[in-house]
Amino acid sequence: MGLITPDLGLLFWTGLVFVLLLVILTKFIWKPILASVNAREQKISDALELAEKTKAEMHALQAQNENLLKEARAERDAIVKDAKETAVKMVEDAKNTAKAEANKIVESARATINTEKTAAIAELKTQVAAISLEIAEKIIRGELSSDEKQKALAEKMAGDINLN
Amino acid sequence: MSLIFSAKRFFTLIAAMVILTPTYAFHPGEPIPEEEFEVGEMIMHHISDAHEWHLWGGHHNSVSVYLPIILVDGGLKTFSSKHFYHGEHASSVDHKTNEAVAYVKGVGPAAGYAMYHEEIYKLENGELSFEDGHVHGAKSPLDFSITKNVLSLFMGAVLILLIMSNVARFYKKNGPVAPKGLAKYLEVLIVMVRDDIAKANIDHHKYHKYVPYLLTIFFFIFFNNLLGLVPFLPGGANLTGNITVTLFLAVCTLLVTVFSGNKNYWLHIFAMPGVPKPLLIIMIPIELVGILTKPFALMIRLFANISAGHIIILALISIIFINQSAAWGALSVPMALFISVLELLVAFLQAFLFCMLSALFIGAAVEEAHH
Repeated sequence: MGLITPDLGLLFWTGLVFVLLLVILTKFIWKPILASVNAREQKISDALELAEKTKAEMHALQAQNENLLKEARAERDAIVKDAKETAVKMVEDAKNTAKAEANKIVESARATINTEKTAAIAELKTQVAAISLEIAEKIIRGELSSDEKQKALAEKMAGDINLN
Repeated sequence: MSLIFSAKRFFTLIAAMVILTPTYAFHPGEPIPEEEFEVGEMIMHHISDAHEWHLWGGHHNSVSVYLPIILVDGGLKTFSSKHFYHGEHASSVDHKTNEAVAYVKGVGPAAGYAMYHEEIYKLENGELSFEDGHVHGAKSPLDFSITKNVLSLFMGAVLILLIMSNVARFYKKNGPVAPKGLAKYLEVLIVMVRDDIAKANIDHHKYHKYVPYLLTIFFFIFFNNLLGLVPFLPGGANLTGNITVTLFLAVCTLLVTVFSGNKNYWLHIFAMPGVPKPLLIIMIPIELVGILTKPFALMIRLFANISAGHIIILALISIIFINQSAAWGALSVPMALFISVLELLVAFLQAFLFCMLSALFIGAAVEEAHH
């Protein structure tokens, strides 16, 4: 068996073993290993892709949240402003109404007072007239109680008329 | 790892002591001479195939595993190689050089056959005749023996199957998860062959088909290279440094390449586009030779690299025995250790290269025209 002369027996055994090894390894070993490795690589790349996608989604969601927050804030501001305005308006209205009411009351009081005053004055006038009549009556009575007095009076009155 | 280094040192020392007197090379009847240490012969014996697996010891107290001999010679004949190694020692005179050449005749079931330098011959007239150091006239029966290399081949295949089935079981059990245990270490190599060898050299749509072949060839060479570095029984045979094995592997790549070749590939061989017609007379033979030189280079590269590694380590250890002083071990052992470590790299590198170049050739054969 020289160093560089091929040997038939060894060639036969090498061929047999190698071919058997190739068949067995391919069928039962390389296929499942490669399938698993490929599946895992697929899984990893899928997971990475998903992570990337989720990240983008998160970003979108965050932006959306920000917008929502901004909108909410604006709305709140608007509501507060509205409420303030309404309150001011309500106070104003109430003030106005109260003023009008007061004026009305004052007006009606004034009217009542005037009416009362007029009535009082009228009654006072009537009373004064009655009292005046009574006094006049009493005076006349006194004046006319005797003949002298009736004469004196008539004279005086005649004098007054002459003088005029 | 460290186990392999220290085992290698241990082995090389033992081996070198054992090999001081090769078992088959002494003359019966004569007193055992103080043989001179033949470095070349020892090394050649060690990197060649054998019908026994020598464990330790020399001469009569050597301990070997005798491997079965299977001959096809007018029917199947099987017997233990013990009948040669413990056979009848004979010698003949070389017709040309007139020197006595020693060989062994088989006894018992091996009767009628003789073994010279691990080659089995059919005896005619009861003895072998030699001419110029070679056996002359005798026929060799077809020898399908389970030699040292064949046994190493079996053990390598079993080792690959055991380890790889463990890895495959992990994936079957756990599905597509991060690898653990053996799978963690071997997946790196498997993915390397798939991505850096197959995908990098072969068209993206076609490489899948070749991955199992490339994986098999890679692990076959890698594991057998490593086994060759293990100094004792499961290893130590120079399998991937055997020309027969590398020839077979190279032929496999050649066949895969040739049968994968598409129109574009053959067009470049038989009618290189853009080359004037008369030039094709020169180009076609060159291209045809090119088909063969590529796998031929594969065969020689692997054979030479692995054999060289074994030779260097044995030669370094031999320094001790050439100088017949253990003190030389201070020089030879560190050097042998260094080369052993280097050989670990070479074991991987050569498997990678063989696989890479195979992928390159296949890639060139299935490539589509770009222009």
